[in-house]
Formats: sequence, C-alpha cells, structure tokens
Amino acid sequence: MPRRGPWFVLLPLALLLLWHAAVARQWVAPGIIPAPSQVAESWYRWIFGAAGTSLSPYSGTWLANVLYSSRRVLQGFLIAAALGIPLGLFIGWNRLVSNLVDPSIQLLRPVPITAWLPFSIAVFGIYDTGALFLIGLGAFYPIVVNTTHGVRDTNLLLLRAARMLGASETTILGKVVFPSALPSIFTGLRLGVGVAWTAVIVAEMIAVKSGLGYVLWDAYYVGRMDICVATMCSVGMLGFLSDRLIHGAACVLLRWRALEAHG
Amino acid sequence: MAEARGPSIQLRDVWKDFVKRGRRVEALRAIEVAVEVNEFAALLGPSGCGKSTLLNMVAGFDRPTRGEVLVNGVRVERPDPSRAVVFQEPALFPWYTVLDNITFGPKTRGLRPAAYQPRVDALLEQVGLEGFESHYPAELSGGMKQRVGIARVLVMEPQVLLMDEPFGSLDAQTRLVMQELLLSVWERHHQTVLFVTHDVEEALLLADSVSVMTARPGRIKKRISVELPRPRALELTTSAAFNDLKREVLSLIREESRRAAVQSGG
Repeated sequence: MPRRGPWFVLLPLALLLLWHAAVARQWVAPGIIPAPSQVAESWYRWIFGAAGTSLSPYSGTWLANVLYSSRRVLQGFLIAAALGIPLGLFIGWNRLVSNLVDPSIQLLRPVPITAWLPFSIAVFGIYDTGALFLIGLGAFYPIVVNTTHGVRDTNLLLLRAARMLGASETTILGKVVFPSALPSIFTGLRLGVGVAWTAVIVAEMIAVKSGLGYVLWDAYYVGRMDICVATMCSVGMLGFLSDRLIHGAACVLLRWRALEAHG
Repeated sequence: MAEARGPSIQLRDVWKDFVKRGRRVEALRAIEVAVEVNEFAALLGPSGCGKSTLLNMVAGFDRPTRGEVLVNGVRVERPDPSRAVVFQEPALFPWYTVLDNITFGPKTRGLRPAAYQPRVDALLEQVGLEGFESHYPAELSGGMKQRVGIARVLVMEPQVLLMDEPFGSLDAQTRLVMQELLLSVWERHHQTVLFVTHDVEEALLLADSVSVMTARPGRIKKRISVELPRPRALELTTSAAFNDLKREVLSLIREESRRAAVQSGG
C-alpha cells in the first residue's frame, strides 16, 4: 500500500484557494458567491451563535436542524433496511417470491425519488410521514437489489455442504445464505444511506418545515448564499459520517472477509 | 445400529445424461457398483469421466436419469448427514471459526454441547487441529482446511463417507501427509468410504478395492481388489505387491486413454 501521509489534503486546499481567488479577484460577479472565509464565519455563528438574540435568524439553530434531518434519515433508513433486507433475502432465495415481487420492483425503481414528491405530499400532506416515505423508498431500492444479488451469489458448494450436514432450509437461509450475502447487503446499506440523504434534502425543501433541506431552500430565498454553502458542507459531512459508520459496522461483522483478502 | 443386509452403497444400472448447450451428453452408462459395509472403495478415472457425478448421486445432490442408487438398502432421494461428503474445495463456511465449522452439523441437529463436545475434542486431536479452534478458514493452509472438512463430517458419525478428490488441490507433500492422516482416522472409525480420485497411487494406498472407470460416457471398466495388509503407511507404495497392482491399473488406464484418443480423433 502506498503511504497515505497528508497528501489527501492537497486537492481540497487547492480548491479552497481557487474558490477564494475567484471571489477576491471577482472572476465571478460580486455578491453572488460568498468567500470561503465568509462561509466559515456564518457557519460558525450558525452553530455557536446565541439563538433568537442575534440579528441573524439562523444563529444557533444548526444543531437542531442537523438533528431533525438526521432523525428523518435514520428513521427512513431503518424502515428501508427492515423491509429491504428480508424481502431481498426472499426474492433471492425463492423463485416464487422472485417472480411475484421482483418485476414490480424493477418497474418502479427507475421512477426518480424526486418524481414521487407531489404524490407524497398529496397522500401524506406536509408532515414527517411524507418525508419518511420518500427517504424510505429511496433507500429501499439499493438495499433490496443488493441483498437479492448477494443471496443469488451464494456458493452452491456451501449450500450442498449445509444440506449434507442436515441443515433445514430455514437454517441454511440464516446460517449460510445470510452471512454469505452480508457483504453485498452492506454495499446496499451504504448506497441506501446516500440516497436517504438526497431524499431528506428534497423532502425538507418542499414537504416539511424543518431540517437542513428547509434551511437550504429558505436561505436561498432570502439571498443567504453563505448559509446555503454551509448547509451543503454540513450535509456532505453528515453523509460521509453515516457512510463511515456503516463501513465500520461492516468491518467488525465481516472480519472473516478481511482475513480472506490478506490471507 | 442394525446390521444392514447386502452392500452399503449400491448403484443398480445407473445412467446419467446431461443437457449441455442444447445437446444431450451421456455422462454415465449402465453403472453397477456395490460397496460392502466398512469397505474403502476407490473410483479411479480420468477427469470428465463422470466419477464426481456418480458421487453426487450417492450424496443425493443429483438424481440418476435411469436406475437407482441405494445406501443401506434405502433409495437416495436427498442429501443426509448419514452420507457425509468431503469436497475437493474444502467448502468451509468462511464466516465461522474452525470450531463453529465442526460443530455446525451437531448444532443443526439440536444436540447439546455436552453431547458432542467429547467427540469434537477427540477429532480435533486425531486430525491435528488442536490449538486452531478459533481460527477462521482464511487463516488456514489448504491441508488444514481439508482437515476441518474431514472433522466436520466425522463428528456426525456418518454411515458412509463420500470423498470427491479431497486432496486433489493440495501440493504433493501435503497430499502424502493427508493420505496417512486419512488412513489413521479410518483405522479408528471404519466407515464405508467411496473415494473418487484420478491418482493411481492414492487409490491403491487407501482403498480395499479400486474401480477403474472409462472415459465418457463413464462405465466401470474393472474392479480390482487391493489385498494389501493393513494398517498401511506410505512405505507400502514401494513394495513389490503394490507395484504389481499399480502396473495392472496403469495398463487398464493406458488401454482406456488410447481408446478415448481414437474416439475423439486426437
């Protein structure tokens, strides 16, 4: 493995400098794009400022909005995983379930999550339920598809070994197929949480009145591009963090696989 | 266990066809095999002769196109722990440790640890896996993996042990060690064994009988009794009696490969 070192900071640093230069030298029309320093300052006040007392209505409201969005992502993601993993297992394992359910999933999957927005508002109204529906639906597809794929990829020899050792179909599903599909399931979960963050921003921009998506749209309307950029950075960080969390869980649960790669 | 009447493994007029790319391929033709109780029988044949297919039918993974496969007088319909299989690839569960792989069968049967633990301990010692209980398969060498593969089926106390070129993917050194290990383990347990191989020396060293198979479609060309004294060890392979048998088997194989070459025009 090549040495990691601090090299990875070079490109972000260069981009930051370019951004700064573009604003300072007015390569872009002044007043539209905020300077990095301005974003940093606004972001700081948004996080640490006293709520309700300052001139800025955003002051001190960052954490509350982060928690709103994170809670929705977590809830929607958990619903998606709770439905997607078992369903994917059955689709991959049982021909009948596959024939019954899989075509419908493949037909619905290309409908973008954004296209569901009017439908969601019409059915669920401007409440959390609508947001959860969009987040759950968006995260569901990659989870169910990757779980199915993982199940179908199970080594035939391991299935034969389990049958020869007297395992019932239920035991095989739990002790052979599921662990064998687990790496693929985790791929689905990581893709799913990414979609969940996309969906939460879209849902909050339109369907609910709180969270980072709401702040993003609101700040755009009142011309606070500094807050917009700070929101973008916040969402990016949260998305990265949730991906690392799932990846960390995968590393713990798939220890046997890491050994395989190095062995 | 009630004493079974007749042979332990019996194949009666077994035929097997495959459909490959829309064409019917005859894999096995009119197979008659009888393996007596406690016999160590080897099936020797060139690759592609259908010997693994034959073994898979005894295991219950596959059904004959015609004829029937009986084990202890009962027709084979599906896999069962009484017919244990050791595969060429060890086929261990990579997410389980050595110990969890070995106890997979007993746990699946719902046995309590007290019921199988003494047997597990004895087997770990017999196959030389002591101290490796908490290792994952990925941490083991090929030979060690195959030891786990043997231990996890012996713990089920199978009536019949089916081995599909179990040492085929091991290096020559490890192979010899594993052959001796299998001999010593078999001396203790004395199951009926059906052992598939393409290695003449391996077949003669291990088995009581060697059935030589023809090239596709596979038939049993000749069954040779290996009346060499037991317990056997590797030194046996240098004895005159061993070499006489080897010469006999090799001439059968030569005859067969010549026929196959003429047949395929190669």
